[in-house]
Amino acid sequence: MARSRTSTTHRLHEAIRYHGFGIAAALLFLAPLAWSVLVSFKPSIEARQPPLPPWPVGGFSVQSYENLAQYGAGIWTYTGNSLIVSAATVVASVVISLFAGYGFSRFQFPLKNALFVLIISTVMIPFQSILTPLFLILTKLGLQNTLTGIVLVYVTLQLPFSIFMMRNAFDAVPKEIEDAARVDGASVFAVLYRIMLPLVLPGVATVAIFAFLASWNEFLAALILLTDQNKYTLPVLMAAVRSGQFGTIDWGAVQSGVTLMMAPCLVIFLALQRYYIRGLTAGAVK
Amino acid sequence: MTSQPQIHNGVPIPRRNQRQRRKQLAGLLFVSPALILVLTFFVIPLGMAFWMSLHNWPLLGKPRFIWFNNYTRLAQDGQFWASMRFTVYYTLVVTVAIFAVAFPLALFAEKSRKLTKIYRTAFFLPVVVGFGSASLLWAWLLDVDSGLFSPAAQSLGFTAKRVNLLADFDTTFWSIIIMVVWKTAGFNMIILLTGLQGISTEVQEAARMDGASAWQRFRRVTLPLMRRTIALALILSVSGSMLAFDQFYIIADGGPQNSTVTAVYWIFSQSFVSFHLGYGSALSMVLLVILVFISVLQLRLLRNPEGM
Repeated sequence: MARSRTSTTHRLHEAIRYHGFGIAAALLFLAPLAWSVLVSFKPSIEARQPPLPPWPVGGFSVQSYENLAQYGAGIWTYTGNSLIVSAATVVASVVISLFAGYGFSRFQFPLKNALFVLIISTVMIPFQSILTPLFLILTKLGLQNTLTGIVLVYVTLQLPFSIFMMRNAFDAVPKEIEDAARVDGASVFAVLYRIMLPLVLPGVATVAIFAFLASWNEFLAALILLTDQNKYTLPVLMAAVRSGQFGTIDWGAVQSGVTLMMAPCLVIFLALQRYYIRGLTAGAVK
Repeated sequence: MTSQPQIHNGVPIPRRNQRQRRKQLAGLLFVSPALILVLTFFVIPLGMAFWMSLHNWPLLGKPRFIWFNNYTRLAQDGQFWASMRFTVYYTLVVTVAIFAVAFPLALFAEKSRKLTKIYRTAFFLPVVVGFGSASLLWAWLLDVDSGLFSPAAQSLGFTAKRVNLLADFDTTFWSIIIMVVWKTAGFNMIILLTGLQGISTEVQEAARMDGASAWQRFRRVTLPLMRRTIALALILSVSGSMLAFDQFYIIADGGPQNSTVTAVYWIFSQSFVSFHLGYGSALSMVLLVILVFISVLQLRLLRNPEGM
């Protein structure tokens, strides 16, 4: 009896230690995010004061969001730019890597392995080192300072990861499945679209999530390649606000911008966590 | 019977070959959009970057071929060496700091207990917000008047008056280290977690039966079996940190007195602030060679972990 009681108290202590650490660490990681969201709902004057306490004392207010909406061409222009760039990057990355993954997985053609290695090995080269020529090439193509130009760059940067993911996804589908469809006389595209696509959807989800997060959050290439203020994506706009290009820094407005930028990332991650982690560990296991 | 090979000029045309050629063409067509993009927006720019690095290349006006002059100039560029030194210093410190946090988190999050998944998600959330957003968030927390840290330190009596954390190199540097650890520890935790989960419980159990202490088990069983994963996490962290830009640009603006200008920052300001495109390309080539070297090291380590 006595023994079991000590082991119960021991286990209780152990649980308190475990969850004590867990809760404390979780709060440390979440606190900055919460602090930023909370200050964005303070009235402007209060947001200028140190955030102690973090929550709005004088009641919730959307004043910071109204101030944010006034910058430059209006926040909807920049949010629109960011949404267009991200949506286009997601769609193009998915379609192009779906085709390429299928091609590399199921077809034989000359130089196949060399071409695959060429595409994959571009991850080894930092894109930061080719920004100058990219700037010139986009100018030559008339795409400098356009959302199309930046989308093409983002898609290219996503391709090595995306194609790697999609080829693995197709490799995991048994050959017999499409052979059966072929015998029934379905065209190559019909087989890909109707038979294969549903089977590789988890891979597509992973590719799409990574393409979204990368393009929505990317800063350096957008800073360099988009020089016209009306073409800015959200990170470029907010960095300009922070550096004082729009007058005195309104920290409440900056944090409402941060909240606007963080929200879709957090929502998508929480909703599709499984596919995101799968993409992360694909590289680690290989 | 119907599948007799056709005869053409007395030579049988193997139908198989024809179909094979069609299939080859289809394969090439499927991969061609990807190839065109990678060629146009990666391979060609890469060649151009080298070509440009051999020129005096202003934004407007004619480029002038100057052989390796940019490279000799770079060797004498004090700010270039200062940024390289700073980038390497930052990389070493931040990598150690990330591991010091991520490893305990991975050991903690490996257990399958109630709430563990929720803790794991909480540790990971800062990873999915962008570096740009995270930097803007911390630029505010670090602000001397409206931020959190300086005013809180003053109210708690740690400092007599508010200290501007971004006015001094050390406080700027360590603030950014803490921000990056907060932002990326979760990522490294997940990578390390995959390694931990790859170790069979039987091995751990056997070590326990042999009377090994928790520390001995970690030191003699866990660590050696995780060499591959640790190598991967290390190299991802090193190559990512060598390319750091957003946080130094947004939070510190390279300051105070250019002391936090990283390699990418220096390339950026040479190429796109001063518009020395040729010189910027030469700087880029140096950075590229260093990063490719790190990547090759990574491939070799991952293929042959004993070769460490």
